[in-house]
Amino acid sequence: MSLKLPIYMDNHATTPVDPRVVEAMLPYFTEIFGNAASRSHSHGWTAEKAVDTAREQVAALMGASGKEIVWTSGATESDNLAIKGAAEFNRDRGNHIITAQTEHKAVLDTCKRLEKDGYEVTYLPVEKDGRVNPETVRAAMTDKTTVVSIMLANNEIGTVNPIAEIGAIVKERGAIFHVDAVQGVGKIPFDVNTAKADLVSVSAHKMYGPKGVGALYVRRKPRVRITAQIDGGGHERGMRSGTLNVPGIVGFGKAAELCAAEMETEGARLLALRERLRTGIQSQVTDTYVNGSMEHRLPGNLNISFAYVEGEAMLMGLKDVAVSSGSACTSASLEPSYVLRAVGVEEEMAHTSIRFGLGRFNTEEEVDYVIKLVVGKVNKLRELSPLYEMAQQGIDLKSITWAAH
Amino acid sequence: MAYSEKVIEHYENPRNVGSFDKDDPSVGTGLVGAPACGDVMKLQLKISDEGIIEDAKFKTFGCGSAIASSSLATEWVKGMTIDQAMEIKNTQIVEELNLPPVKIHCSVLAEDAIKSAIADYKAKRAAKHSSPAKPDQTTAL
Repeated sequence: MSLKLPIYMDNHATTPVDPRVVEAMLPYFTEIFGNAASRSHSHGWTAEKAVDTAREQVAALMGASGKEIVWTSGATESDNLAIKGAAEFNRDRGNHIITAQTEHKAVLDTCKRLEKDGYEVTYLPVEKDGRVNPETVRAAMTDKTTVVSIMLANNEIGTVNPIAEIGAIVKERGAIFHVDAVQGVGKIPFDVNTAKADLVSVSAHKMYGPKGVGALYVRRKPRVRITAQIDGGGHERGMRSGTLNVPGIVGFGKAAELCAAEMETEGARLLALRERLRTGIQSQVTDTYVNGSMEHRLPGNLNISFAYVEGEAMLMGLKDVAVSSGSACTSASLEPSYVLRAVGVEEEMAHTSIRFGLGRFNTEEEVDYVIKLVVGKVNKLRELSPLYEMAQQGIDLKSITWAAH
Repeated sequence: MAYSEKVIEHYENPRNVGSFDKDDPSVGTGLVGAPACGDVMKLQLKISDEGIIEDAKFKTFGCGSAIASSSLATEWVKGMTIDQAMEIKNTQIVEELNLPPVKIHCSVLAEDAIKSAIADYKAKRAAKHSSPAKPDQTTAL
């Protein structure tokens, strides 16, 4: 089998839709096109039935009931609805929100908006391994804390948080626990009851489903209430108005079903591929550093810094491979990844990081090709690097007074 | 982000990569930028007693545009007098490589590297004629 280039290894950004998912969706564009909210004819009933099946499929992936699923346009909307909705609903109980510095922008920027509206937000630091220490959550909680939002797994470094421990602490104090589970659900076991989660954001396109559809799990026992952020026809039990994206939802359901059925074998396969990639690179290239915990990590994630080689120059050399970098050289600010900074990676090392996100359709052959390519490019760019030359000469780069620009 | 063909060409085939002996009195060394900012350029010029740049070498830690800017700078300065090289403006580099606004700092760094290398050469010459103390720039290397 010949390799098809470019090779896609950016599965944290998005995943291709599984052909089995596409097949499940197709009838819902043309034959079964009804509005799931239409109660007066069979077109509506059939659509509603398909949506309810998908509810069960998505709920089953996280040990929930179909009745606890609210469809959204994606995880960004789910995060907004969860945090703003819960904070607003509980406004008379308190105005304090807790989250972590390494959360996705959909959570961080939602919190920043709430700060402007008079809420107080604590952004917890994380440990060197990228995980939130549950004790920092305990220490940050006050009588005014209404919402705690912590992600299941990080989108850049793939580290998995001790969600159950955090959930237990949050519930001791009676606050609402929101989990942005976008990167973890479907890839590692997750159960809303073990996690003691009240609200959970998930997205279809991170698990081989279509883009534009997500869900928010909203606990029913005991009932968690949130203030709707989109007003209209009162769909989704009043929590999210808007005509349902039936084909997308059907696809999300099928994608969830496949993830549940294949999680164990696929998780082991991805872990083996990731380790093949990591050891393949690290056995041939010196001065590389994996960012984030190796132990508590998504099986498909490898975030690695190549000292003395700037990340964007690496990406340019890896044009046959779709990956991403923690170097934000393209942004006007020139600031490297805030996630890497939060885990204590120094700026110069953050500029050299590459994120590999392995997924369902990656093969051993592709991994071997990428190893070869990466090793060649790192060597080439190090030949070009004044920092590498200085390090080889035994000069401590930290001893130099650099002119910041 | 899409790179211009010229940036890609310099990135794939960088000109004049390498180093001269920094202690050679005919060599001026410029080291500009900072690792924390994601760009460091080292540019070295070999200058004749008549003030002609006979050869140039560079090494760059940075993105493709930074590599291309310094590669281009070494090509341009060869054969120039010191005064001519001092006249090179970053805007000429931007134009030649079609750098987008977000990459203008790469061209600024290349201009700084040329000026810094020439300053180092001049300081060395001055030191040779007066005291034996070495200027800061070279001790940093």
